[in-house]
Amino acid sequence: MSTETLEQKKEEVVQKPAEGLLSKRRRRLISDPLNEDNPITVQVLGICSALAVTVKMEPTLIMSIAVVFVIVFSNLIISLLRNLIPNRVRIIVQLAVIATLVTLVSEVLKAYNYEMYKILGAFVGLIITNCIVMGRLEAFAMGNKPYDSILDGLGSGFGYAWIILTVAFFREMFGSGSIFDFKIFEAVGINNFATNGLMVDSIGAFMVLGILIWVQRSKTGYVEH
Amino acid sequence: MELVSLGIKSIFIENMIFAYFLGMCSFLAVSKKVSTAVGLGAAVIFVLTITVPVNWLLQEYILKEGALSWLSASFAEVNLEFLQFIMFIAIIAAMVQLVEMIIEKFSPSLYGSLGIFLPLIAVNCAILGSSLFMIQRDYLLSEATVFGFGSGIGWMLAIVALAAIREKLKYSNVPAGLKGLGITMLITGLMGIAFKSFIGIAL
Repeated sequence: MSTETLEQKKEEVVQKPAEGLLSKRRRRLISDPLNEDNPITVQVLGICSALAVTVKMEPTLIMSIAVVFVIVFSNLIISLLRNLIPNRVRIIVQLAVIATLVTLVSEVLKAYNYEMYKILGAFVGLIITNCIVMGRLEAFAMGNKPYDSILDGLGSGFGYAWIILTVAFFREMFGSGSIFDFKIFEAVGINNFATNGLMVDSIGAFMVLGILIWVQRSKTGYVEH
Repeated sequence: MELVSLGIKSIFIENMIFAYFLGMCSFLAVSKKVSTAVGLGAAVIFVLTITVPVNWLLQEYILKEGALSWLSASFAEVNLEFLQFIMFIAIIAAMVQLVEMIIEKFSPSLYGSLGIFLPLIAVNCAILGSSLFMIQRDYLLSEATVFGFGSGIGWMLAIVALAAIREKLKYSNVPAGLKGLGITMLITGLMGIAFKSFIGIAL
């Protein structure tokens, strides 16, 4: 009798195959935030830092890496702790985890790339209040398993990264006439390219992002009411 | 006089939103109606004016290299600056909670209008940003207080102005893809150009 039930149980276990490492549902966790559910252009999160660091490509790239790192690991840590955190103090716990990770990023940057640390300045610290990080912790990591949370963090991080890299691309090209400090217009033979001061200024960031949102939303057909 | 100049600078010329993009999330999310924008703006001024000087004291007497020497001479070489982010965000979260409790106790009517915004403020970049800028620029305590207050006023000015424009915008025919966030970004850019005209004002 007992062996029978054991066998039955075994069969049940076998009948329910483990979900593949990159099943369809999990692939969507990564691909959705890249376009249809982009954190910046659709969910309107994390705009502060998206605009402040995008004058040039290089600091933007560093910033993207830092944000992806913080989102992925805070998602993982909160997801591991999700059943231990009392509901009432969860915001403080989340902030403490994020602040620790950001401190880590900031110290590493200070040690290995001090110049970039000076350029990014306060904006590395401001990853703490980047709403994407908090938003993903609240909306996803508090209720999902660690592996899924890592994928979700990667998706949101890359969704954020490609938008700010695109904004930085246009701002650096028109504002400084270069890409990654490589004088692109002189390389093609245009020597007197007039750079646009507005692009280096904060106003250029608002305009470029506004137009980018327009293009992206016309493509996906998302309309806000 | 220098303090007045600093105040004017932090309100108009180095406006938190138009020059540094701080507090954009709530700036975009809560700017649909003027009355709510005024409420959130007032709460931000309140919290900024308190947290920036408090964080200044924290930095000066606890975190800075050698700051603990008032406690004992043997602490003269202790440098706790790596704890800056965690301490600042903790102070901000605690202050927001404290302010919420005080307002609830002494002015229930104000609490009724500000109440729902106060928790939002803890994750407003403008608050943490002001504290970090204040450290970066080596302000004195008096300057830090004026800077916090001025930044708050500048932030409120921007959000109320945007809310007023968005109220009128409801009657305009905006292209479908540009509705909502897109047109708001473009308007913010245009408002930024207007604020640029304050550059060069010095008292």
